Amino acid sequence: MLSYISRRLGVTFLILLGVSFTVYVIFAFLPFDPAALTCGKNCNDPGIIEANRRRLGYDLPFLTQYWVFIKGLFIGRTYGEGAALINCPAPSLGYSFQEHSCVTTLISEALPVTLSLAIGALVLWLVVGVGLGVLAARYRGKFVDSASTIFVLIGTSLPTFLTGLMLLVFVVIKWHILPFPAGNYTPFLEDPYEWAQILFLPWITLAFAYAALYTRFVRSAVIETSNEDYIRTARAKGLPESEVVGKHTLRAALAPIVTMAGLDFAGLLGGAILTESVFNLPGLGRLAIGAVVEYDLPIIVATTLLAAAIVVTMNLIVDILYAFIDPRVRIA
Amino acid sequence: MTTPILEVTNLAKFFPIQSQGIFSRVKGDNKAVNGISFTLNAGETLGLVGESGCGKSTAGRTILKLYEPTSGTIKFEGEDITSYSASKMKPLRTKMQMIFQDPYSSLNPRHTIGSIIAASYEIQKITPENGVKRAVQDLMERVGLNPEHYNRYPHEFSGGQRQRIGIARALALKPKFIVCDEPVSALDVSIQAQVINLLDDLRDDFGLSYLFIAHDLSVVQHISQRVAVMYLGKIMELAPTEELYKNPHHPYTKALLSAIPIPDPILERKREQIILSGDIPNPVNPPTGCVFNTRCWKAQDKCRTTEPVIMQIGASQVACHFPD
Amino acid sequence: MTLLEVKNLSVGFPTPDGVVHAVNDISFSIDAGETLAIVGESGSGKTVTNLAMMGLLNSNTAQISGTARFQSHTGEIDLLGIDPNELQKYRGQDISMIFQDPMSSLHPYFSIGDQIIEAHQVHNKVDPDVSKERAIELLGLVGIPDPASRITSFPHQFSGGMRQRVMIAMALVNNPSLLIADEPTTALDVTVQAQILSLLKDLQREFKMAVILITHDLGVVAGAADRVNVMYAGRIVESANVFDLYAKPAMPYTQGLLDSVPRLDRPHTNRLSAIPGQPPSMISLPDGCSFAPRCSRISEVAGSKCLMIMPELTLRTDAHSARCFIGERAGA
Ligand SMILES: Nc1ncnc2c1ncn2[C@@H]1O[C@H](COP(=O)(O)OP(=O)(O)OP(=O)(O)O)[C@@H](O)[C@H]1O
Ligand SMILES: Nc1ncnc2c1ncn2[C@@H]1O[C@H](COP(=O)(O)OP(=O)(O)OP(=O)(O)O)[C@@H](O)[C@H]1O
Ligand code: SF4
Ligand code: SF4
Ligand SMILES: [Mg+2]
Ligand SMILES: [Mg+2]
Repeated sequence: MLSYISRRLGVTFLILLGVSFTVYVIFAFLPFDPAALTCGKNCNDPGIIEANRRRLGYDLPFLTQYWVFIKGLFIGRTYGEGAALINCPAPSLGYSFQEHSCVTTLISEALPVTLSLAIGALVLWLVVGVGLGVLAARYRGKFVDSASTIFVLIGTSLPTFLTGLMLLVFVVIKWHILPFPAGNYTPFLEDPYEWAQILFLPWITLAFAYAALYTRFVRSAVIETSNEDYIRTARAKGLPESEVVGKHTLRAALAPIVTMAGLDFAGLLGGAILTESVFNLPGLGRLAIGAVVEYDLPIIVATTLLAAAIVVTMNLIVDILYAFIDPRVRIA
Repeated sequence: MTTPILEVTNLAKFFPIQSQGIFSRVKGDNKAVNGISFTLNAGETLGLVGESGCGKSTAGRTILKLYEPTSGTIKFEGEDITSYSASKMKPLRTKMQMIFQDPYSSLNPRHTIGSIIAASYEIQKITPENGVKRAVQDLMERVGLNPEHYNRYPHEFSGGQRQRIGIARALALKPKFIVCDEPVSALDVSIQAQVINLLDDLRDDFGLSYLFIAHDLSVVQHISQRVAVMYLGKIMELAPTEELYKNPHHPYTKALLSAIPIPDPILERKREQIILSGDIPNPVNPPTGCVFNTRCWKAQDKCRTTEPVIMQIGASQVACHFPD
Repeated sequence: MTLLEVKNLSVGFPTPDGVVHAVNDISFSIDAGETLAIVGESGSGKTVTNLAMMGLLNSNTAQISGTARFQSHTGEIDLLGIDPNELQKYRGQDISMIFQDPMSSLHPYFSIGDQIIEAHQVHNKVDPDVSKERAIELLGLVGIPDPASRITSFPHQFSGGMRQRVMIAMALVNNPSLLIADEPTTALDVTVQAQILSLLKDLQREFKMAVILITHDLGVVAGAADRVNVMYAGRIVESANVFDLYAKPAMPYTQGLLDSVPRLDRPHTNRLSAIPGQPPSMISLPDGCSFAPRCSRISEVAGSKCLMIMPELTLRTDAHSARCFIGERAGA
């Protein structure tokens, strides 16, 4: 098991290196002058541009630029000199001249927001999806099943931004159940109550579609598993129905859910862009969108890399989890 | 003596075992068929028996060049086909056919049985004398199917009938040699007999040669002139049918024969049985020396170190240091 | 002592094409310690009969009628009439079942020890360590080498024969008085089949249990059974002591079955005597004898009686009954 994990870790590291290089290549060959972009869209003072080019290292050969970037990740990076010296400590992902801030700082502010959003939504959709899916499978053809079918239908056909807008309109504006989300995100450690209050609607918005998908998936997985011979064996032993379903069936049916949930979660961390914009949350998605609009290259590169890193890492976590769940995958 | 229709010498087929992951590497070989030799004469049936996973199907498929042999030679009608390419094999395919075990999955459910049987002609671009339909219906009649069912789909037929469809398909190109891979294993006893009788008749009518693969020794006894007993990719004993069943020389043959229950309560309860201990070893790491030594009650030190060479005892070929 | 007495058991499965009459009005009994074999072609209703008694058929899809009086540790119960939640107490304790496919009958995610311990725990209020001891004891009994350490192994680490041993150990963990073995060796090799059958025989003697052995192998029956029920198209067509059945089969189907097996102990014949045709559809069973379309002796019965009237299962000699107009005793 340990050698399996360490081998997988090694592979993951190599993949990340490859991804970062690819991202770097893509942005290096885009038809923009990164230096020209440093002072905003409509800036065309060649003096400033050239100065920035040197300060940011865009004048160096491509491979050297990449090497400096990678080095920055481990030992930090400084820009300019003397009084204008800017220091971005490790792990440095670059410096945004438009935001006048190290990219790492920007990301470390946005990440907790997205993380809160994604984790909350994950918990919500897993609870609803698995619960409803199991119930629908257990009582196939009965009321719960039909009700869940309608839920699935609505959940999978309603676009996320519409769900979000509708929730905003009714819950906040019409019924005044919750205050208007004014973009004033409160960290969990400061005020858990307010944190939850602000994130409540975004969670529901995000979880809605996923919960519907998962309900459908869990329902069919449970039905399929309950036809397995080993489930019949469990019944033949005299186990009560609750254990046959709750232990034997679920254990097998939920194994693929781990993979699915892990990857969906990774996707969300990469930026729940629509939801963040609708609810005005200062998360990664909004950071990335803002950067794209402003051509803020360092931030674009960093967020792309981060998203890739998250997906690759989640893949690793999922595989390791899976090996714990399914003994057949555990190879020495 | 005439040349045999098939001559197999030291044939081996290994399947590489890959480790999982992106940087996979070959961890070893599954020695599914590990050096087997035999000949088959025209009009003869050679039975190939052995337990699950011993390499019977792999042997059959490798002989037909459906798998690329790892080593050894295959001669068909005196012609060495071991290294023939797919295109060079194509004209030979009319003469060599195969019938499969599972009559349910080996027929395409979306094609009528008429077109399934006729496909053989199309692939080889052969037009039978009186037209394809006529030829197919003749075949259907010959294997005991109603020719009017030409346009029906496989799911409308029972297991035994589907096996007849498979047989008709194999017969379409008038082959000389057919590998029958467990053709009756999936069928009920009362249906098995029908199909075995049919195969028997066809062999006599068309002068066919069969390599008849099965795990049921009583079925093999009925249809074969000679029988080869396989264990872990190797032939343990090869003998004329009468001789093999009356005077088995190899301990494994004896155990195998003794494990078959006789459908007669009086005889069955009096019978001495040899109950082997243990399971069949993994063909990736077969035992050294004689591959049967881990389960053999006669095994000596020599068996664990030296592989027995095949020796001739009367009409039997036996691979054992201490045969009976 | 009669351990189980089944009367007028019928099972139908409604399908879009019509009701599948899988089991039609069958009655039989089994004494304590006895081995009753049920033989018949694929689809003749062997498995369904026993699943019905175990309460393992889905009551939403199966129509079951009849009675099955069973002497349990708490007194006589009707397996078919009892509340499903009540029946669960007897499953795995008084009656156990092992299945055809040992590869798929064990749960792939739980260790074999856990699966056996669970079977013991559910019927015994004892410390888990006691159950573990019992599991190790039984694994030893069924011939698993080094059971104390193999108890943590998972099913995929065992061969087919070993898995069937594990299934047997699990079935016997509570000393049942009846073991239903549904084709326990069909998926196994002959040399392994011989091991398992001799093991079952020894254990039956040791545990003094009755066994219902379902198989289609007449050789296996010859060696193991005391009495035999032959089934055809959902009905019992012949029932006799094993020696009588093989010596004097009374029903043409049984005769045909015995004749069509290629036999090692007889001189080689050129042709096997096959039964022509195939079993009837279970949706539209013929009006008369269900074997009539294939019967070679139909001409011995006057008129077209066989095609119009279903013969009854009537007594021929002591405890030997058959369902055929030929050889019926006068006045029966
Ligand atoms: N295409 C393949 N790739 C890899 N391994 C294979 C392949 N086909 C067969 N094997 C392996 O080769 C060995 C022999 O298999 P084969 O199917 O020839 O056995 P068999 O004697 O026909 O058994 P059975 O009675 O179960 O059909 C087995 O260990 C099997 O897992
Ligand atoms: N859940 C079900 N729904 C509909 N038909 C069913 C169902 N289960 C079994 N049957 C049908 O009932 C009949 C009897 O099946 P059963 O499994 O008892 O046969 P069997 O005698 O055990 O055969 P085998 O030897 O193949 O195991 C078959 O025709 C089968 O198709
Ligand atoms: S060589 Fe030895 S181990 Fe092999 S079969 Fe003969 S006696 Fe047994
Ligand atoms: S009742 Fe008639 S058809 Fe049925 S088995 Fe007897 S003779 Fe044959
Ligand atoms: Mg095979
Ligand atoms: Mg069955």
